[in-house]
Amino acid sequence: MSAGQGKKVIVSMIGLDGHTTGGEIVARILRDAGIEVVYLGCNQTPEMIVRAAIQEDVDLIGISSHASNYGQIVSLVELLKRNGAEDVPVVCGGNVPKHQARLLIEKGVAAVFPPGSGADSIIRFVLGNARGATAGLCVNGEGIA
Amino acid sequence: MTNGARDENVTLEALCRGDVRTCARLLTRIERGEEAVIPLLQALYRAGGNGRVIGVTGPPGAGKSSLISCLIGAWRRRGLRVAVLAIDPSSPFTGGAVLGDRLRMVEHGCDDGVFIRSMASRGQLGGLARAAGDALTVLEAMPWDVILVETVGVGQNETDIMRHAAVVVLLQTPLGGDEVQAVKAGIIEIGDVYVVNKSDHPAADRTCRQLREMIARGSRLRPDRDWQPPVIKTQAHLGVGVAELVDAIDGCFAHQNADPEAARRYMSDRARHRIGEILRDRLDRRLRSGDEGWLEGSIEPVVSREKDPYTVVAEMLSRL
Ligand SMILES: Nc1nc2c(ncn2[C@@H]2O[C@H](COP(=O)(O)OP(=O)(O)O)[C@@H](O)[C@H]2O)c(=O)[nH]1
Ligand SMILES: [Mg+2]
Repeated sequence: MSAGQGKKVIVSMIGLDGHTTGGEIVARILRDAGIEVVYLGCNQTPEMIVRAAIQEDVDLIGISSHASNYGQIVSLVELLKRNGAEDVPVVCGGNVPKHQARLLIEKGVAAVFPPGSGADSIIRFVLGNARGATAGLCVNGEGIA
Repeated sequence: MTNGARDENVTLEALCRGDVRTCARLLTRIERGEEAVIPLLQALYRAGGNGRVIGVTGPPGAGKSSLISCLIGAWRRRGLRVAVLAIDPSSPFTGGAVLGDRLRMVEHGCDDGVFIRSMASRGQLGGLARAAGDALTVLEAMPWDVILVETVGVGQNETDIMRHAAVVVLLQTPLGGDEVQAVKAGIIEIGDVYVVNKSDHPAADRTCRQLREMIARGSRLRPDRDWQPPVIKTQAHLGVGVAELVDAIDGCFAHQNADPEAARRYMSDRARHRIGEILRDRLDRRLRSGDEGWLEGSIEPVVSREKDPYTVVAEMLSRL
């Protein structure tokens, strides 16, 4: 079995972002690394994602963003904190401009993966930074932007 | 009271109150097969038995999750609190999984009266049957009125889980050729209510007819059951046929309640199944643990062919 054994993450779009291709590809990449992916698809609000994260007890949240809805990603991070789930890192992928990526990192997003990020680097980051579900451990990741 | 016992009591109380976070954490520990949760599960089992367990099974893509979302809506309108355990297969190659059930239940994503948990089957080694049974023990000790379990109706492992359900909804679609899919999978007899979903497809009536014929034939094979499983046409993406399905499920429960003998039979079947499930899991773990102390004295006579392994196992079983 692979390194991802026992790790569970959410992959989701947020808000009115109908671009599902990127999210689906990432979900499959993570699955092939042995990770369990709860795929939420589109039309998810920050509140829905936080509730899903708690109910599913996931170790990391991946947001695929192609619709400049950065405000909602920041809301997600804040809402996690307010619900005592700040140990679940949020990572973001998609065509995020560099200065936006820096802002997201400042606001607590663990990493931003620009288009063309290799599968290996995504997998490595997820495995290295996903919360140990019961240990509540989170190594703060470097922003890759 | 020891610390462990105090923690257990706190957890038990939280679960009985309906605390979702405690539930979610405990389900993770169950999935990992942590032995330390067993005392808690023992207490939960004794405290539990609340809620109706309903199974939904059928081929991948048949519309199980979509239909469950409709059912949640119907029961929520009656004020019932609903939990869902949605089990999807893991990749046999990597152990990973894409769990896509929750995606169909978005409309209940912000409802405090709904709890949805996805679970990957984790293959044979993870002890899916034991984990699913344990998860139900937890959910049944919590204040959920209805507990839905979704499995893909393919392998033995997945259909075995349906033995926990008081009512099993077996989903079929008109697609997939001439043969009814459940026949191919060898699970045609497990349904209490049959659903032909995707009935917008022209072959739907034919599939219904085939199912009815099969049920008529099957019921003669099972004289212990006087319940005639209905066949219902649905379109889960539009909510068509859901009211009829809810009525049919209610009818099946009413039928069981009217016959205390049948209700008792279900309960003892389930208990027997659960005992077997745990027994197999305990045995499996022992065999895989590498600790062969308990086999002491059994191995040598088999090596020297003084005894045969069947005799040794029979002796072990008689000591059980
Ligand atoms: N045409 C049609 N599509 C449906 C119907 N019910 C569900 N679907 C679609 O079938 C696909 C699979 O549904 P899902 O609920 O995930 O199936 P599951 O794998 O059995 O849980 C989704 O795209 C649904 O929108 C139906 O009655 N008619
Ligand atoms: Mg499903």
